[in-house]
Amino acid sequence: MDMQTSLLDRLFSAGLLIDTGVDGLYGRGGAFEDVIARFEALIGRHAPDATPEVIRFPPGMNRAHFEGSGYMKSFPQLAGTVHSFCGCELDHMNLLQCIAEGGDWTEGQKATDIVLTPAACYPLYPTIAKRGPLPEGGGLFDLQSYCFRHEPSKDPARMQLFRMREFVRIGTPDEVMAFREDWMERGAKLIEAVGLDVELDTANDPFFGRAGKMMGNSQREQKLKFELLIPVTSAANKTACLSFNYHQDHFGATWGLETADGEVAHTACVGFGLERIALALFAKHGLDTADWPADVRAALWS
Amino acid sequence: MSAVEAIRSIVAKHGKLPVDVATLQDDADLYAAGLSSFASVQLMLAIEEHFDIEFPEDRLNRKTFSSIKAIAEVVTELSEDQQAA
Repeated sequence: MDMQTSLLDRLFSAGLLIDTGVDGLYGRGGAFEDVIARFEALIGRHAPDATPEVIRFPPGMNRAHFEGSGYMKSFPQLAGTVHSFCGCELDHMNLLQCIAEGGDWTEGQKATDIVLTPAACYPLYPTIAKRGPLPEGGGLFDLQSYCFRHEPSKDPARMQLFRMREFVRIGTPDEVMAFREDWMERGAKLIEAVGLDVELDTANDPFFGRAGKMMGNSQREQKLKFELLIPVTSAANKTACLSFNYHQDHFGATWGLETADGEVAHTACVGFGLERIALALFAKHGLDTADWPADVRAALWS
Repeated sequence: MSAVEAIRSIVAKHGKLPVDVATLQDDADLYAAGLSSFASVQLMLAIEEHFDIEFPEDRLNRKTFSSIKAIAEVVTELSEDQQAA
């Protein structure tokens, strides 16, 4: 039996996820949303004392910022662009006829200035760079956004539109590395607090093509990315639910982020895959939250 | 032109190093000299094209591109293997 289809079907039946007819694009039921809200509150309780600046960007970002980020160098296969009809009345008539005939009506759509956000922190760097050099001690930010990645799949843990909660640290190499180390410990404790098994491992991003293989190997060799793996659809192939990334000076150099001393700023982030964590909880503790173990319920609903 | 000289000129053209490649020894660490991950990918593609070879996946790592000498060793080995095949 296909375990992945099975979990997805059970989630649909329970009303936790709602089928839209597109793999990886789902509605969320109230109980599912409640778990995400409770988990986000728990993240807040496990976060360090330092107060981050809270920013919420919508799930679309400035196309110029997207282009400047270099995302297309590494992940062209995952990106989603927003296109709109920009024609005249005659074009509109032709468009309607094309749709009626079942043709490819999207051919004439023109790219807008908006690209779907691929990761919650992408709109942040150009925004902060625009402010000028960082204050002494750098910056700490709290972000959350729906993100898009074009990878249709029947694996419920691989959605095309999903939410990512992120904390981003911008500062000196020492500051951002200390931030990442601290969150690797906090993240593991946080996940253990809700009764899930965790395993921390080095990882790489799914860079495109053979060149991407090299980028991925290099990322692993330098231990730039760690993931907290949790069983969701399979105990053998665990799912990355948290990631801890050190970007070195990539975004700093790309956007001209400067520390108070005028050095190129380094950046690091911790990202929580909120749907993946909720799925891990439902897979482990059952589809009815009323039946979850008392300590897990206490941790989330306290 | 020897393989080392050819690699040196490809590094100069595609490595985007902040230092003059002529000042680097054959065994100098290219990453320490400022070779970025992305430039190393461009370097890899340019070397494949010049020598008409293909790096297997297990060679697509930092060690392979760590110095001009390291690249030359892998290129020599692959040229022999891939011509013999």
